[in-house]
Order: sequence, then structure tokens, then C-alpha cells
Amino acid sequence: MARMKFICDAERCIECNGCVTACKAENDVPWGVNRRRVVTLDDGVPGERSISVACMHCSDAPCMAVCPVDCFYRTDDGVVLHDKDVCIGCGYCSYACPFGAPQFPSNGAFGLRGKMDKCTFCAGGPEVNGSEAEFEKYGRNRLSEGKLPACAEMCSTKALLGGDGDVVADIFRTRVVARNTGSEVWGWGTAYGKPAQGATAKPAKPQGSK
Amino acid sequence: MKALAVLMLSALVLAGCGERSQQMAGQQIGGSVPSWQGPATAFTAPGWKAGDQGSWIQHMQTRAQGQNEFVRIAPGG
Repeated sequence: MARMKFICDAERCIECNGCVTACKAENDVPWGVNRRRVVTLDDGVPGERSISVACMHCSDAPCMAVCPVDCFYRTDDGVVLHDKDVCIGCGYCSYACPFGAPQFPSNGAFGLRGKMDKCTFCAGGPEVNGSEAEFEKYGRNRLSEGKLPACAEMCSTKALLGGDGDVVADIFRTRVVARNTGSEVWGWGTAYGKPAQGATAKPAKPQGSK
Repeated sequence: MKALAVLMLSALVLAGCGERSQQMAGQQIGGSVPSWQGPATAFTAPGWKAGDQGSWIQHMQTRAQGQNEFVRIAPGG
């Protein structure tokens, strides 16, 4: 069985925000919500790096652990999804997530916080695959169409890799061996950890960051 | 008096049987069908068969390899 994961190759990311745009367009993400965003580390300092960040679909997802209404679930492919019909928009997941993935749209005249929205790995939600109801709440279900997430497939430099963890890790390993540098994968240890120890509570500190 | 006490005690004990189920009503969480089941639509990528788990996994791995330009260029090219 596939175990879906993201890898962002910081040596390749050119901060074009193509992944952000692809995600917003593909999933019809509302204003004020960015399921994916590009973060620059050591901005303005020689050797700065950019990485594309979204929900990493952690092996031991802290959002699942803290949700008071238990609206999260994990698919057979390892994708962490949530049910918006159950979510109460409390924001606990937002505090727990080391990647800042959960987003909350502002609804109504008084800016009320709506139900949580996050990257679905383009796998939709609990509704029928490819249905209109699923699209309205969660966006496209590309996995059920035999496609990978739009952000990864649209990445012009192939900095963002998405798909089966073994495959994307193998691609990244090949690159590192070929260029002999840039072996650090931001967020990988935090999200997926080692099977014995599980994920860590704190994000991995980037090399060279203050 | 004793009969009344027994009756009240019985009512108290039996009250537990009337407890409502704490199961969450409505949709079952995580009830979505697996991705490999499709359905096949006009947008479905060619190369796999909806409903065939093996072909879906194989197709996704092949598609993920499309992100690897090292397999698309000649060695040393």
C-alpha cells in the first residue's frame, strides 16, 4: 500500500509560488486561506532557502491527537483528512500543528472563524469521490483520478515532490548523490520521524537558521 | 415500607438501562471509499483501472517517477 508523503527540495525551490497558485486554483480555495505557502528561511542572508509548506500528513499527526471532536481520520494511503461536518472550528489543531497547516476562513460580517481547511493531498474528504459535495468542501479528489497533488505536479523545478514515500525519497536521494549537497529535508523528521520514536513535537531546526 | 424501599432501589438500578447511547449520530468518520476505487470519469488519468487496487498503486508509483528528471535524460546528458 502506498504511503503518501511530501518532500520539498530547498536546493531547487525558486520561490515562484506556482504550487500555491496551483493549489488555490485546483481546489477553489476561498480568499484568506492558503493551504500551501512558500516560506523563506534566512531571508536576505547569503544562502537563503525557500521551502513550500503545507500539511505534511504526519505519521503521528498532532492535530488528530488534540481534536476535541475527533474529526480527523487517516486514509489507507496515509493521507490525514478531516470531516468538516464534524469540525467545530475551535483551532486546537492550529496550535498543535508544527507546520501551521490548519487554516480558518473568516465568515460573515463579524469575521467569525469558520471550519478548518487544510491540504487534503488532493484526496478530497469523506463524501463520495469526485462528487460536487466533496469539491465544495474539500476541493478536487485527484488521487481517485489516478493523479498526484496539483502542487507537486505543477512545480516547474520539481522542488516539491509528492507521492508514495518510497518513490519520492528515492528521487530525492538520487539528486543528493548527483549534486553531493543539500541533503537536508525540512520537516521530514518532524512529520514522519522514525517508526520507533514517532514524530517529534517540535519542528526540526533548519541548518543555519537563527 | 420495605417493599417501597425495594421498589425504589429497583427503579434506581434499572434507570441505568435507560441510558442513551453515546455513539455519534450521522455520518461515520473516515467512511470515504479508497482512492483506488475511482470512480472512472472523464478526468481519470489513463493507464489504470478504477476498482483495481494493484493497478492504481502501480500507476501512482509510475506517475511519481515522472517527477524524476534523471530517468528522462540520458546519463551524463
